[in-house]
Amino acid sequence: MNTEILAIIAMFGVTLLLSIPLGKYIAKVYAGDRTWLDPVFNPIEKLFYKVSGIDPKNEMTWKQHLVALLTINLIWFLISMAILMNMSWLPLNPDNNPSQSADLAFNTTISFLVNCNLQHYSGETGISYLGQIWLMFLQFVTAGVGMAAAVVIFKAFREKSTTQLGNFYDYFLKSCTRILLPLSIVIAAILVFEGTPMTFEGKDTITNLQGDTVQVSRGPVAAFVPIKHVGTNGGGFFGANGSHPLENPTFLTNMTEMFGQFIIPMAMVFAFGFFIRRRKFAWMMYGVMTVGFLLLVIPNINMEMHGNPAISALGIDNSLGAMEGKEVRIGAAASGFWSIVTTVISTGSINSMHDSYMPLSGMNELLAMMINSFYGGVGAGILNFFIFIILAVFISGLMVGRTPEFMGKKIEAREMKIAMIIALAHPFLILVGTALSSYLLSHNPETYGAWLNNPDYHGFSEMLYEYTSSAANNGSGFEGLGDNTPWWNISTGIVLLLGRFLPIIGPVAIAGLLAEKRYIPESAGTLKTDTGTFGLVVFVVIAIVAALAFFPALTLGPIAEYFSMR
Amino acid sequence: MNKDNKILTRETFNTSLKQSFIKLNPKVMIKNPIMFCVEICTAVMLVVTINSFFQGVGTDHSPFTTHHLPESIYNLVVTTILFLTVLFANFAEAIAEARGKAQADSLRKTREETPAKIVNGELGMVNGKKNTGSDLHHSPLTIHHSQEYTIINSSQLKKGDVFFCEAGDVIPTDGEIIEGLATIDESAITGESAPVIREAGGDKSSITGGTKVLSDKIKVLVTTQPGESFLDKMIALVEGASRQKTPNEIALTILLAGFTLVFIIVTITLKPFADYAQTPITIAAFISLFVCLIPTTIGGLLSAIGIAGMDRALRANVITKSGKAVETAGDVDVLLLDKTGTITIGNRKATHFYPANGIDEKAFTKAVVLSSMADETPEGKSIIELANVNPLTYKIENPKFIQFTAETRCSGIDLGNSRIRKGATDAIKNIVERAGNKFPIEIAEKVKEISSNGGTPLVVSENEVALGVVELQDIIKPGIQERFDRLRKMGIKTVMVTGDNPLTAKFIAEKAGVDDFIAEAKPEDKMNYIRKEQADGRLVAMMGDGTNDAPALAQADVGVAMNSGTQAAKEAGNMVDLDNDPTKLIEVVEIGKQLLMTRGTLTTFSIANDVAKYFAIIPALFITAIPALQGLNIMKLHSPESAILSAVIFNAIIIPLLIPLALKGVAYKPIGASALLRRNLFIYGLGGVILPFIGIKLIDILVSIVM
Repeated sequence: MNTEILAIIAMFGVTLLLSIPLGKYIAKVYAGDRTWLDPVFNPIEKLFYKVSGIDPKNEMTWKQHLVALLTINLIWFLISMAILMNMSWLPLNPDNNPSQSADLAFNTTISFLVNCNLQHYSGETGISYLGQIWLMFLQFVTAGVGMAAAVVIFKAFREKSTTQLGNFYDYFLKSCTRILLPLSIVIAAILVFEGTPMTFEGKDTITNLQGDTVQVSRGPVAAFVPIKHVGTNGGGFFGANGSHPLENPTFLTNMTEMFGQFIIPMAMVFAFGFFIRRRKFAWMMYGVMTVGFLLLVIPNINMEMHGNPAISALGIDNSLGAMEGKEVRIGAAASGFWSIVTTVISTGSINSMHDSYMPLSGMNELLAMMINSFYGGVGAGILNFFIFIILAVFISGLMVGRTPEFMGKKIEAREMKIAMIIALAHPFLILVGTALSSYLLSHNPETYGAWLNNPDYHGFSEMLYEYTSSAANNGSGFEGLGDNTPWWNISTGIVLLLGRFLPIIGPVAIAGLLAEKRYIPESAGTLKTDTGTFGLVVFVVIAIVAALAFFPALTLGPIAEYFSMR
Repeated sequence: MNKDNKILTRETFNTSLKQSFIKLNPKVMIKNPIMFCVEICTAVMLVVTINSFFQGVGTDHSPFTTHHLPESIYNLVVTTILFLTVLFANFAEAIAEARGKAQADSLRKTREETPAKIVNGELGMVNGKKNTGSDLHHSPLTIHHSQEYTIINSSQLKKGDVFFCEAGDVIPTDGEIIEGLATIDESAITGESAPVIREAGGDKSSITGGTKVLSDKIKVLVTTQPGESFLDKMIALVEGASRQKTPNEIALTILLAGFTLVFIIVTITLKPFADYAQTPITIAAFISLFVCLIPTTIGGLLSAIGIAGMDRALRANVITKSGKAVETAGDVDVLLLDKTGTITIGNRKATHFYPANGIDEKAFTKAVVLSSMADETPEGKSIIELANVNPLTYKIENPKFIQFTAETRCSGIDLGNSRIRKGATDAIKNIVERAGNKFPIEIAEKVKEISSNGGTPLVVSENEVALGVVELQDIIKPGIQERFDRLRKMGIKTVMVTGDNPLTAKFIAEKAGVDDFIAEAKPEDKMNYIRKEQADGRLVAMMGDGTNDAPALAQADVGVAMNSGTQAAKEAGNMVDLDNDPTKLIEVVEIGKQLLMTRGTLTTFSIANDVAKYFAIIPALFITAIPALQGLNIMKLHSPESAILSAVIFNAIIIPLLIPLALKGVAYKPIGASALLRRNLFIYGLGGVILPFIGIKLIDILVSIVM
C-alpha cells in the first residue's frame, strides 16, 4: 500500500490507542482523584486560589457556572484589547511591529477568545512577541473554558439527581494545568527537534541560492504551535499557518500536529464514558463520530490524490495528486487528511490552501464544519454532539413508545426548546450571513465586487466557507476572499461570538435542567443509548439536520461547481 | 354499543368534511403552527394566482423553458394543492374527533330522556342514615308506592337528588345506591350480558345511567350535575373544547416548529443565493419548496393521533379524564394488580375435603355443608358446590348462625347441642385445644401441605373436635402468564396485591409469573408501595374500586377506577373502566405506548421524506440557469414544473393516506426497546426515505401525461 496512506492510518491508530488511556486520565483529573502531576501543580493552584479568593470546593449550579464562564471571558477581552492596541511600545517587540487598530484588535481578540483564531493580520508583521504570548495564553484558557463547560455536562450525568455541578474554576484550571500544558510540552519538544524556532530574537537574515538576501521572521514558535493544535485553536504564528516551513517543517511535525489536534477531542469522548461510568456509551459516541469522520475524509484523500481532471485535460502530469496550493513535503494524501481533521475538529489550522481543493473536497470541509461535532473542538465538540443526542433521544424514545429519557432523565418541552434553538442557531448564522453577503454582492457589484477573486459558484463557496468557519469557531479560510473589510470583520465577529457562546450556554443549561430532575431507573422498556441502533439514529439525525439545512446552499456552491467541471 | 372499527362511515365522513372547512379559521389553525404556515402560504399563493390571471393568461413570466402550462394555471394548481394539504390535515383531526364523538354519543344516547322516579321530600338532601349493608337481607326497603314519588325527566335531575328504580326501570343517570340491592343489566355500557349485583354501602354501590334494573328496588343519590359526568367530560376532551396539548405533544410541537423555522431560514436565504447565481425562482416554487420541506405529514396528523389515543381507550371501554393519562400509561413501570379477578378467576374455590383419621367422610361433608349454609362468601358457596348436597335436605333445628368476625376468624352454626365451626387453622386449633382435645397431627400436616401448594386450608370442628380440612384453591386465569411475559418484555414490573398470607401469595405469584406481591394487603400497604416505587422514579398504575382505594388511586400515576366502584374511587382515578375488568390495565398501557410510537414513527417518516423532496425540487429550481445540475435530477423527473407539482402533490396526498395509520396507531410489539427501534427505524425511517422517491416519480409520470 501507498506509504502516504499507511502513515495516515498509523497516525490515526496511534491517536485512537492513546486517547483511551488519556481519556481515563482526564476522567480522573475531573473526578478530583490523585494524579502524578499533583506534586507539581497543587502548590501553584493553591497560590492562584489564595490570591483570587476562590474556593475550588464550592460547588456551583449550572447558572453560576455560566456566569463565571462569561465573566472571565469578559475580563480577558478587556486585557486583550489593551495589549493588542499598545504592543508597539511594550516590551518583546524586536521587529518593531505596530500596534493593532481598534477594529483589528477587536476582531483578533474576539476570534482568539472564542477559540476560533480567524486571523486578519499576518504574524510576521502584525503582532509583537508579547502579543503572540498573550494570544498563546488565550489559546490555553479558551480551550480550558470549553473543556470546563463539557465537564459540567459530565458531572450532570454522573450524579443521579443534583443541582451542584462542581466548581468552574477548578475544572478550568485543571484543564489547563493537568491536560493542555503537559501535552503541549511534549509536542513542543518534538517540534524543536525537527527545527521549529524557539527564540525571542528578531528577524534573521539569510542568503538564498540565488544570492539574494532574505529576512526571515522567527520567534517563540515551538511554544505557540503545540497549543494551537492541542487546544484546537488553529491560529498560526505566521500568516501561512501550518504550511509555513518553520511552523510545520517536516512530515513528522505534520503528523505530530495532527495528533495534537486529534487527541483531546477523542480522549474527551472516552473521558465522558469513564467519568459517568458508561464506557459503552462513549464507544457509541466514538463510533458515530468516527464513521462520520471517515465518510468525509476518505473521499477527500481519494479526490485529492487523483488530481484535477481539468489539469490532466491540459496534458499536465497530475500523478502526485491535486498539488495546487499544497506543500510537496506533505503531499496530497496527508494534506487531504489534514483538511478534514482541521474542519471536523474546530482547529482551523491549515497546511494547504483549501480554496484549491476539488469541489467536493471543499464541500466535505464545509460539511465537517456544518456538522461541527464529529469529534469537534476541545469540549465544544461534545457540547455540540450533546444537542444531537437530545434530538435523537427524543425521536427514538417516541419510536419505542415511551416519553423520551436520556440517562434516566425525562426530556421535556424546556429541554427541547433549548436544543432546538441551539440546533437552529448554527444554520441560521451560516445561511443568514451568507445570504446578506450574497445580497450585497448581487445588488451592488461595483461596491463589493472586489471581495471575490473567483466569481461564480466558487465565489459563493468562499463566502459560505467564511461564515461556516466562523459559526463553527473553526477559523480556517477558503481564502480568495477579500475579508479584511468592515463588513466581513463585523459580521463574522458577531457570528463568532454567537457561534461560540450559544453552544456552550445551551447544552450546559440542558444538562443542568436534566440533572435537577428525578432519576428514573432503567427497565427493559427503556431505550438503551449505548447501542449501535441508537448510534445509527444519532448519525441519521446529524446527517439529516445538516443535509436538510445546507443542501440548497451547497448545491449552488461546490455541487454546481462539481457538475460544471464534468 | 357501537364497536365498529371501520375508519369511515358516511355520517362521520360528512361531518368531518364540514368540520375540516370550519377548522380553516386562522384562530383555530394557529394552534398547529405547521399547518398554520401552510395556510398562510396558501393565502399568499392565492394572491399570486389572482395577480397572474390579471397579468393575462398566456403571458409568460416563468423561468422554465420546458413549460407546457401558462403560469396562471400552474399557480392555480399549486394553490389548490396547498389548500388541499390544509384541508386534509383538518380532515384528519375532524375524523378523529367525529369517531370519538360517535363512540361517546352512542354511550350517552342510552341515558338521555329517561323518566326518573324522584323521591318526594328528598330533593337535594339525603334522607336518613346510610344503610351499612350488613342487615340488607332483613330490612325491606322503605319505599311505598304511589304517594312518595313523582316522575320527572332524567335531564332535570340535579346533584343531590334521590330517585328510586325498580325492576324493569332504566337508570336515568349516574349515582350511588344509598338503600337496597338490585341486579342490574349493564350490557348497554359494557357489552357484557350477565347481570351484576349492586348494593348500598361497600364498594359496589355505584351505578351508571343507561343501565337497566332487572330485579329488586334501589334508592339512588345523584352524584353528578347534568353535563358533568365522566362521559360528558370525555366528549368535551374529544371535541377539542377542553383538549389541551399533553407535555409530550408540546415537546414534539417544539421540535416540529424548530424544523419549520430551519426551513423558513433555508427558503428565505435561498432568494439572495439565487440572485447571486442569477437564477430567478418564482414565488410558487419558493412556497412549494417550503411547504414540502416542513413536516406537514406529522404536523397534519399530530392532533388526530392524540385524539385517536383517547378514542382507542374508549373503544376498550375506558373513559380517560385527560389525554395526558393515556400518554402516561405508555410510560408505566409498575402495575399493581389485584389478585382476584386479574390473576385468578373470581375467588378461591373449594377443591378437596380431607377428613381426619377415623372420621366418616359423609359426616364430615355434612358438618362442612352445615357450617357453610349461611356463608354468603364465594368460598362458602363453593364448598356447597363441591359437596353437591342441598343443605336443606338435612334436618335443621333452631339454627343459630355464627358470623365470621376478624377476631374469632371462624364462622359456623349451632344446631341443638351441636356446635360446628369452620375457620382458620389457628382459630380452630385454639378452640379444640382450649377444650382439652388433641389437634390431630395428620390435620396439622395436611394444613401445611395445602398452604405450601398455594391453597388455603379451612379446618372444621364439631363440638371442639377437629373433623378435617377443606382445601381452597385459587384458579389462575389461563393465558395470564403469557400476558405477564409480554409486560416484562415491555419493561413493566407486575405486582400482585392480595389479602392472602405471604406463603400462599408467594406460591400464586410464582405460578402466575408476577414479579412481586403484596401479601395480607391493607389499603395503606398499596399506598406505601406506590410511594416507594415513585420515590425511586417509577411510574405506577393501579386499578381499584373501593372508597379505601381512592387515596392510592389518586397517588398512582395512572389510576383506573372500576365503573362499579364508589364515586370516591372514580373521582380519584384518572380513568374509569366501564367493563370493571381488572386486566384492562394491560390494554391501557399498550394504548399509551401505541400513541407515543405513532407520533415518533410518523415524525421520522415525515422528516425522512424531505430527502426525496429535495432531490425533486432543488434541481427543478436551478436547472434552467445551471443546466449542469441535471446531474442532481436522479429521479429523472420530466420537467421542473412537473417535478415541483409532483413533490407538492405527494406531500398533500400522503396525509389522507396515513390517516388510517394515525387513527389505528402503530402496532406495538414487545420485543425490547432496541429491537423495536430498529424495526421502526427500518420501516418508517428507511421507508420514509425510499417511498417518496417512488411516489414522486409515479406522480411525475402522471403529471407529465396530463401536461
